[in-house]
Amino acid sequence: MSGPAPAIKIDGLRKRFGSQDVLRGIDLEVTPSELIVIIGRSGGGKSVLLRHMLGLVRPDSGRVVIDGQDVTALRGRALDRVRERFGVVFQGGALFDSLTVLQNVLFPIKEKSGLPMDTIMPRAKEALAQVGLADMGHKFPAEISGGMRKRVAIARALVTEPQVVFLDEPTTGLDPILVNSIHHLVVELHRRFNFTGVMVSHEIPEIFRIAHRVAVLHEGRIRVVGTPPEIEGTDDPIVRQFIHGEMESDGT
Amino acid sequence: MIGSLVLDPLQRLGRAGTEAVGALGRFGVFLGQALFWLTIPPFKVGQGLQRVWFIGFRSLSVILLTGAFTGMVLGLQGMLMLQRVGSEAFVGPLVAIALVRELGPVLAALMVTGRAGSALAAEIGVMRITEQIDALTVMALNPMRYLVVPILVAGVITLPILTWIFDVVGIFGGYLVTVKLFGLSEGTYFGQIRTLLSTTDIWVGFWKSLAFGVVVTWVACYKGFYVGHGAEGVGRATTEAVVLASVLILVLDYLMGSVLP
Repeated sequence: MSGPAPAIKIDGLRKRFGSQDVLRGIDLEVTPSELIVIIGRSGGGKSVLLRHMLGLVRPDSGRVVIDGQDVTALRGRALDRVRERFGVVFQGGALFDSLTVLQNVLFPIKEKSGLPMDTIMPRAKEALAQVGLADMGHKFPAEISGGMRKRVAIARALVTEPQVVFLDEPTTGLDPILVNSIHHLVVELHRRFNFTGVMVSHEIPEIFRIAHRVAVLHEGRIRVVGTPPEIEGTDDPIVRQFIHGEMESDGT
Repeated sequence: MIGSLVLDPLQRLGRAGTEAVGALGRFGVFLGQALFWLTIPPFKVGQGLQRVWFIGFRSLSVILLTGAFTGMVLGLQGMLMLQRVGSEAFVGPLVAIALVRELGPVLAALMVTGRAGSALAAEIGVMRITEQIDALTVMALNPMRYLVVPILVAGVITLPILTWIFDVVGIFGGYLVTVKLFGLSEGTYFGQIRTLLSTTDIWVGFWKSLAFGVVVTWVACYKGFYVGHGAEGVGRATTEAVVLASVLILVLDYLMGSVLP
């Protein structure tokens, strides 16, 4: 692939849990500022792949190079320095139960920047306003709906203005209207902040409307990577079956 | 076929053995890591105070109740026993020394295990399965520093205080039974305590309560941190935290009792 150096380069990533071969040699390059969506069967290792990129799981072999540094080999402060450029939206939102919505969004900048409260508070409020929840700041995560929690998680991930944003199935468990609204939000925020986005999803065909590129994970390997039209028009029977199967089951 | 019949159980035994040793190692490393992060600023004072409130203040009522009744039972049994040999004058020191050296630290720690230890294990377990701990990690904020160290420090601060409260309330419980019920003179009860309760006894109790403060919070945090899957995992972690902490407290009480003067 020509063009700029990849923001993320995954090389021969392998991971086995007990007798289960989850990742069997993943190779993938993510270009700076692109929004790539990884799709695949549930339980197929999409989240495991994402956790490798975050340095939460160590592979049996292979590398994940982000900004020139192999996160699978880094530890402690060195790994933290790479992570400081990340924003992560976890599957369930992973909001801190003991903090209010506003405190959740405030948390990463408060702990990391060391700036005075009157500087960071407007930033947190603005981030919350961007996801359309300006008046929900005083509520606790348990008091708001699932869709709102995902929005708060997105606000919290973006408040530090990260270079790379990872989204782990940000629309799981939401109804189709909310799925679209979250996707729309991601696209809008991507346009505004121009981050490199890696999203794991099973929302087919919705993600074809927002992804720059789509990677299909099948049996522990990246079966195919391409633009949404390329993937939708592929001859690969497995990918066709997967995409169309998902679309059919989605329609019923 | 026969080979596998022999080898399978052996293999399973070996695997269980290595898993047990691995878990024990992880348990020790966990405390080591927490102690390491304890020395590295910035310190999360606010978090620590919140935990002192949770572990300490909210355990107060159960400590007052159990302390009072323990002292009363000791007073009652001590009085009945010592009356037989005509030495009821010594019931005060009996109550006080038993409380200060043994029952205060142990029962206070067991009460805190039941009330706060289980809740902490469940809280941290839920944070683990809902990826809140991962969220801290990827924010480049160490969960040891943000979560475990404040709890450990709060345990070390609150358990000695709760133990002293348990002791004092217990001694007054004994006073109620022996002086108010059996008619022992107040001067005898407190006078003999003053004469026979030594500072060594108080120190022994203090060191024990300090150690138990570490044990309760360490076990609770560890079990929550390495929780299994789902709600069932959290339930199991909570139970295991209470059982393991209780056993360790009693074992450690014996060991410290035999080593300390």
